[in-house]
Amino acid sequence: MLKASENYVKKIVEEEMRIDNRRFDEFREIKIETDVIKNAEGSARVLMGNTHVLVGIKMSVASPFPDTPDEGMLIVNAELAPIASPTFEPGPPNEDSIELARVVDRGIRESHCIGLEKLCIEEGKEVWEVNIDIHVLDHDGNLIDAAALGAMAALLRTKIPRYENKRIVFGDYERQLPINDRPIAITVTKISDKLLIDPNLEEEDALDARITISTNEKGEICSLQKGGEGYFTTEELERAADLSILKGKELRNLLGN
Amino acid sequence: MTKVGKPDQMIIKGKRLDGRDLEEFRPITLNVGVLKRAEGSAVFKFGDTYALAAVYGPKTMHPKHMQNPQKAVLKCIYSMAPFSTKERVRPGRSRRSTEISKVLNEALSNVIFFEDYPKTGIDVFVEILQADASTRCAGLNAASLALADAGIPMRDLITTCSVGKVEDKIILDVGGYEDNYGDVDMAVAIIGNQDKIVLLQMDGIITKEEFIKMIKLARDGCAKIYEMQKSALRERYKTGEEDVES
Repeated sequence: MLKASENYVKKIVEEEMRIDNRRFDEFREIKIETDVIKNAEGSARVLMGNTHVLVGIKMSVASPFPDTPDEGMLIVNAELAPIASPTFEPGPPNEDSIELARVVDRGIRESHCIGLEKLCIEEGKEVWEVNIDIHVLDHDGNLIDAAALGAMAALLRTKIPRYENKRIVFGDYERQLPINDRPIAITVTKISDKLLIDPNLEEEDALDARITISTNEKGEICSLQKGGEGYFTTEELERAADLSILKGKELRNLLGN
Repeated sequence: MTKVGKPDQMIIKGKRLDGRDLEEFRPITLNVGVLKRAEGSAVFKFGDTYALAAVYGPKTMHPKHMQNPQKAVLKCIYSMAPFSTKERVRPGRSRRSTEISKVLNEALSNVIFFEDYPKTGIDVFVEILQADASTRCAGLNAASLALADAGIPMRDLITTCSVGKVEDKIILDVGGYEDNYGDVDMAVAIIGNQDKIVLLQMDGIITKEEFIKMIKLARDGCAKIYEMQKSALRERYKTGEEDVES
């Protein structure tokens, strides 16, 4: 595939434009589809322009952490499958997939959006474990936002299976997964000293720095992750926070309840 | 919902459990040139958090296909010694250490003149020997000093510290209890004492106003660390002595 060069992307951004004619604060077209995988307890597909992410949630039973004996557990994993990009290699997770999973994890965990305290089966012995698996199918930039949105959409549809005689009865559901909030991750990207959102892959290749800001329904910040080999000034961070709170609301509306 | 072992109160009459004021660092110790073999090395301690960093290189980049004909390639690896925490840390790379290595790498990349050493690799190893919160900050401060000690040309030093929120109060330099049971932990790194933020990670819930307040507090903290870093480097090269690690 022919790609716009880094310098071209930067030059266009300097002139307050983007290579695909979007405004700096404009997302690509977003489509969310839920319940796409029959065998998952919750699932969602997110299309953000040409970026395509599939999120499946599996529920399992595990023993709790010693310091939270009566709480369920959350595990987020991300696969940058080689089918999604010529730059993705098969094999164990690399630092990019680990960062992706951990940033999505923190947004969900820190907002306390899953009612983990309602996932205890037997204190100190058995609790539900929520496994969120992110599969990137097509990589055209902004994977964090797409994956976080997909995870939230899937969580809202997740059902807890029946648990009988120490066995999970898959396909037979007891209740919905308790959800208290809908955090949204927005990644603000800095290119040529301008701030913009939802970079496509060409823009991502030209970025100086990025910051992912997850916000909850109250408009509070619940996690931050800066990436890239450049820097942000305090004033830029303030603008990035404003933008994330505003755009977070917009994306949350796409989720419904 | 409360975590096991959480103290009832963590700030009493404006003082923290270890007796510090809200905007006070733990005792900071830093030393440059503490290892014999490494090109550059440094120790950085925030109280009981003890980080050691070593720099090897610039040297021929291996594997060769990772070479960049235009510039040096930085590889920063953060790891925790198995005995550094109460529960033993399993040796080898974890997801956490991989992510921290990545953000430390990105932060340091802001200041190194990579173009000066084409085709080479610069390795920075950050080892946490004792952990009591803010380990990535201690590690990054040590790494920055070790790079300077190795004589790698840099635009400036990287300075970093953590800020947090405990019982609705903003605090500087998050300590062990505050990391485990506090509400917010944020690591901030900047270039020298400039308004250029190169590392930022936060967990916990804050308003935008608190966020900006915390950034400013961290910048003030970094400015203090910057002075200490500079005098540690001056100290090291004034005498020319090779201090054995204390």
